[in-house]
Amino acid sequence: MIWLTWRQFRAAAAATAAALAALAAVLAITGPGLADDYATGLTGCTTQSDGCSRFLQNFFHDNQAAFLGLTAVMLALPALTGLFWGAPMITRELEAGTHRLVWNQSITRTRWLAIKLGLTGLAAMAAAGLASLAVSWWSGPIDKAAAANEPGFPRMGTLLFDVRGIVPIGYAAFAFVLGVTVGMLVRRTLPAMAITLAVFAAVQVAMPLLVRPYLRPPVHATVEISMSNLEGLGFERGGGPLRLQLRTLAPDKNGWALSSRLVDTSGNTVSSTVPVSTTSGPCAPDPARGPSACFAELKRLGYRQEVSYHPSSRFWAFQRTETGIYTILALGLAGFCFRRLRRVS
Amino acid sequence: MTAVLRAEGLGKRYGKHWALTDCTLDIPTGHVVGLVGPNGAGKTTLLNLACGQLPPTAGGITVLGGRPGGSPAQLAKVGYVAQDTPTYAGLSVAEHLKLGARLNPGWDDALARHRIERLGLRPSSRAGKLSGGQRAQLALTLGLAKRPELLILDEPVAALDPLARREFLQGLMEAAVEQQLSVVLSSHLVSDLERVCDYLIVLVDSKVQVAGELEKLLATHHRLTGPRRDPARLPADQHVISASHTDRQSTLLVRTQAPIHDPAWTVGQISLEDLVLAYMSKPADTHRRPTLEVQR
Repeated sequence: MIWLTWRQFRAAAAATAAALAALAAVLAITGPGLADDYATGLTGCTTQSDGCSRFLQNFFHDNQAAFLGLTAVMLALPALTGLFWGAPMITRELEAGTHRLVWNQSITRTRWLAIKLGLTGLAAMAAAGLASLAVSWWSGPIDKAAAANEPGFPRMGTLLFDVRGIVPIGYAAFAFVLGVTVGMLVRRTLPAMAITLAVFAAVQVAMPLLVRPYLRPPVHATVEISMSNLEGLGFERGGGPLRLQLRTLAPDKNGWALSSRLVDTSGNTVSSTVPVSTTSGPCAPDPARGPSACFAELKRLGYRQEVSYHPSSRFWAFQRTETGIYTILALGLAGFCFRRLRRVS
Repeated sequence: MTAVLRAEGLGKRYGKHWALTDCTLDIPTGHVVGLVGPNGAGKTTLLNLACGQLPPTAGGITVLGGRPGGSPAQLAKVGYVAQDTPTYAGLSVAEHLKLGARLNPGWDDALARHRIERLGLRPSSRAGKLSGGQRAQLALTLGLAKRPELLILDEPVAALDPLARREFLQGLMEAAVEQQLSVVLSSHLVSDLERVCDYLIVLVDSKVQVAGELEKLLATHHRLTGPRRDPARLPADQHVISASHTDRQSTLLVRTQAPIHDPAWTVGQISLEDLVLAYMSKPADTHRRPTLEVQR
């Protein structure tokens, strides 16, 4: 059975292995150079007046295309294993009628499925794991620059978290078994692939929106209002309250900011309008003085921003939990497949 | 002698539709069983139940004393050549034999190789490139070389031309004799079965109409021709299977154990085809028909 599984899978496996090997070769060749550039740039920029922010920004912008391209590859990889390895696994047999050939050999279909699911699933997980390892290694310097960039790409944030560490392995396992399950239910390859893609995409969107923020209670931090979290200051013509627009940023550059609110001295939420004089005093618009006096005034009055976020120190804990969730989902679907398989004919 | 297939009140339902109802059979070993019936009568369903590809909805079935498809040992005892003789289009003939060898502990490699050689199949050619007849032969080889005690074939020759059909059935019969196999073979064509079967099951409208050894069936069914008369007035031991009347003459096909003594009848022998056609054209449900007429 292992032979048959391999015989049926080898073309797809070879194509995937070739693509991943090509990617790995490119990364292996360019990776050390990229790391060198980053290291030399960092030592060079410490003497500059603005610190390293300009260098980090330039470094990120120079490598943005590769960074986003690799992110896309890593986002697509689990979905592709579900689409091209998972969905056709059973539909192909059903469409050709060969399930009636193979299920009548001296091997139970439970064993048939166990070996097919096991071997192909492990291959999917290995492919995702190796790709994640290679991409994470190569992108190390860019990730650091990206976190410092505006708008940033924090490691805990919804984009990078999904394509680094061990979660791609969980995604691949889930996507693969999802494809098999949908194929078993839908029985035709193309609709099964379409449904697999739709369901997997929905789960991938739902996870960071509905589940991941609640894996641990978020950390709350109060942040002074300053240039770094200011989106905009608004003055109404002829006076009136100050309009304050703030950005939701985690105090920790690699953390994941969930929400923020402006609070007054007693801790109550304030809408964006702050009752402070804009006709005179420190918060009156004055191009010469800049906003720093106003920030000091707001601090004196007790206004500050409260941010709830997941710090980057939780990265691996979250990775483990989320991989576990996807593994359990995959195992659940696999169990369903085994029960359902008896009724397929 | 043990039964090769025993079914008791066996039924299979898909949604609301019963594909097979109340099927009771007891087929002894060592027969070549022809399962005949029109398309959609439930032949494939019955065969799928027998090899364990489907679980029954009602009743029970045992094949060679075991639950169909329940264990690798049971699977090893029953060979199955499915409808349209599926093979893996991308795998070569040799790889199909390897598949058989890997998945069947009782695989007879010498037999498989010998058959492939005799059929003139190149081991390196892909199954997708074979003709329908060659593909059917390959599927049969897989079924035979696993050395089953019972080989089930679902319309194996339906897609073949007459020559390939004959070669296939000939090969099947030789193997059945050599390996002392029991065979169950379905077809909607009587002529396919005529040459090979010694046991017959007629399945019409999800129901077994008649089952038994062919010789006995032919010996107990008679065609009666004589002056026109009402079939209801026949002796109680004569069951009318079909009746046709002209103005003056009646032709009846009856089943009876006893000899027919009525001198008014001319008693004729019937062929297998006559027998099958009589059961196929028989009103499907004689018990329900009168009630329907009352409701109308």
